[in-house]
Amino acid sequence: MKKYTDLEFLKLSKGKKFLYKITRFFCSIPQKILGIFVALWNLIKKIAFAVKDEAADIFSTFVHGDWKTKVSFLVMGFGNLARGQILRGLLFLLFEGVFIAYMVLAGGYWMSMLPSLGKVGPEEKYDFILDTYYTVYNDNSFKILLYGVLTIFFIIAFIYTWRVNIRQNKMAEKILASGKKLKSGKDDMRSLVDDQFHKTLMSLPLTGILIFTVMPIVFMILVAFTNYDGAHDGYYSNLFGWVGMDNFNTMLNWNVNSGGSVQSYAATFGEVLAWTLMWAFFATFTNYFLGMFVAMAINKKGINLKKLWRTVLVMTIAIPQFISLLYVSKMFAKNGIINGFLMNMGWIEQALPFWEDPTWARITVIITNIWIGIPYLMLITTGILMNIPSDLYESARIDGANPWQQYTKITLPYMLFVTGPYLLTSFTGNMNNFNVIYLLTGGAPTNPAASSAAGTVGYTDLLITWLFKITQGAESQYYLASVVGILVFVVVALISLVVYNVLPSIKNEEDFQ
Amino acid sequence: MSENNVTAPVKRHMGLKTSRALSNTAIYALLICISVIWLIPFVCILLQSFRVELKGPVGYVLPKQWGFDNYIALFKTDFPRWYVNTFVSALITAVLQTIIVLCMSYTLSRFRFKMRKPLMRFMLILGMFPGMLTMIILYRVLSDLGLTQENAVPGLILVYIASSGMGYYVSKGFFDTIPKSLDEAARVDGATRFQVLKKIILPLSKPIVIYTILTAFMGPWGDYVFAQYISFGTSSGMNVAVGMYRWLNHDQISSSYTMFCAGGVLVAIPVTALFLCLQKYYVEGVTGGAVKG
Repeated sequence: MKKYTDLEFLKLSKGKKFLYKITRFFCSIPQKILGIFVALWNLIKKIAFAVKDEAADIFSTFVHGDWKTKVSFLVMGFGNLARGQILRGLLFLLFEGVFIAYMVLAGGYWMSMLPSLGKVGPEEKYDFILDTYYTVYNDNSFKILLYGVLTIFFIIAFIYTWRVNIRQNKMAEKILASGKKLKSGKDDMRSLVDDQFHKTLMSLPLTGILIFTVMPIVFMILVAFTNYDGAHDGYYSNLFGWVGMDNFNTMLNWNVNSGGSVQSYAATFGEVLAWTLMWAFFATFTNYFLGMFVAMAINKKGINLKKLWRTVLVMTIAIPQFISLLYVSKMFAKNGIINGFLMNMGWIEQALPFWEDPTWARITVIITNIWIGIPYLMLITTGILMNIPSDLYESARIDGANPWQQYTKITLPYMLFVTGPYLLTSFTGNMNNFNVIYLLTGGAPTNPAASSAAGTVGYTDLLITWLFKITQGAESQYYLASVVGILVFVVVALISLVVYNVLPSIKNEEDFQ
Repeated sequence: MSENNVTAPVKRHMGLKTSRALSNTAIYALLICISVIWLIPFVCILLQSFRVELKGPVGYVLPKQWGFDNYIALFKTDFPRWYVNTFVSALITAVLQTIIVLCMSYTLSRFRFKMRKPLMRFMLILGMFPGMLTMIILYRVLSDLGLTQENAVPGLILVYIASSGMGYYVSKGFFDTIPKSLDEAARVDGATRFQVLKKIILPLSKPIVIYTILTAFMGPWGDYVFAQYISFGTSSGMNVAVGMYRWLNHDQISSSYTMFCAGGVLVAIPVTALFLCLQKYYVEGVTGGAVKG
């Protein structure tokens, strides 16, 4: 499409300007998506070059270094010890000792089992004396995979530490050559609360994240390539093993094996994904606009008791969701208060199918979510609304703008600009909003066609509740759950990437300081 | 002509006034409506917790016969145990999680080191994985350590706090608003980074500390998913959410519905009271930091 210069653009009529802006926006999307791939490629290139540089640096350190440095390539910390940095040297040496001991005693075994995930499963043995059968448990696939992953982490940590050890030798040589003194152990301790203070502060949180988030995620990604489920739990029932891409093929396959009555996994996944996106869209934007509306109503000049109105709404945040959501779900039930009230008043003859009919259930879920979300949005938007410079409104009023114009020309653009990133996180948060769906409906009403896939799939099930259901019960197809989890990640990451690259208002964080 | 000139503005003024009064009345009506809608469920829970005549769900609100039977019945179940479990895990989590979150957010706000940006991006990506997925493995690991079922509380605390470093956004936003020149002035005077944190930043951070404690407390107080996984059907290891959830199952609802309401009241009261006392800080946290995330 034709690109106008600024002057040409100003000459256009109002409608054409708008049209131009919109088309330019959509035309720019493919370009921006392309930009993402280019950035990814550049990242890979950067990493490759960094690795090359590191290798070259290690090599030159070895060639040009003195004998202390050369010994340090084998005995970590030797250079530190020989140059008088006892504390650092001992720590390096200790780490190397622990690593070698671990690899010899356990790590080697786990690594050797990792390709097969266990060779001998549980066996039935006959006891001649007692004349009974008993089970002997042998390899444990779960532990092999878990400790295998841990060992890989440990090896990476070791390589990194080894690299640090070499770099320190190089630096120590340089410092000594220039005639300065090296840092003593006391200096090191002091720097941990001073210029290296960030390392002290972050060591605990990052260890937690590494062990309880990164490692489980790596583990679960690997599970997607195995057949780990209730019948193959890796120890008590059967071993599990690698199956390659089979699980992804199952999940993304449109073909149905047994006749036409059963729905394929891919179709089920598509249905659930479509509803998840629909839900996230409505949940985010209904809350956003209605919450803003309520905030503006309370903020309006001449409204008294502002604090009371806010407190009433905010109070509902305090009450645990499992109480309010479970209770509301019973209120809408067939024999619940709302149906009872409507029938007592004689407005309806039969109970309304709030949770029984797919469309009703979906709408009720969204409406209940408004009830949950408005107080929160009200709080967020109140703060921002008050930050809009009031002279903007005054000059608009003098120019004769009516309230609606003021809203669309001042309030809304400002809000959208400031809350752009929030809207994105709230959208992806809603995609994974387990609580509201699970406590309200549990996914009901059941979708009979889709339920041929793993778990019982309902019309209000999100991907995340479906994932949860797959892991429950005796079948517990963990491998499918982790495939779903990976796909959720892909969808969320794609949406975030595109929005982040298309949104104009991703601000520089330093602007706030 | 001259008359017109005088009356026209007056008329317009009157029109403005009445229209403003009209719109204000409409807004009052709306706000009253909203307040009623938002409060109805809680009033219903409160009223039904006093109902004696029927224990199942019914189509009316006002009890026909009032009494404390449901509250007394609560104490014959495992409810006190669940309550203590919830309280202990929420309290310990609140303290530890606050420390971790503050460490993390302060570091990311104040220090400029090489890995800072990549680290933040990495945590953003980590957050896109559904956290529930990790429960499968954490459950097995914790059960190997003996921290599930009847010993669920320590295991649960571990799960709650371990990854809490990833929730640094709000308090980082707060720290970002404290001028850096304060730190620099103290550094020039010879204070270490640790002293800067202790003597300058922390005294200024009361609102965000309270906000973090409050949210960290409320998380475990109402958590269902993780607690359900880790207690794994063992009543003595459950928290209130998991325990009371079962009362609304098809087979129990007709005998436990009013008990659920009574339990709900007991669970909601302390946290609501705490919340209303500290409301100011909560509002500050949400309006100040949540949006920037």
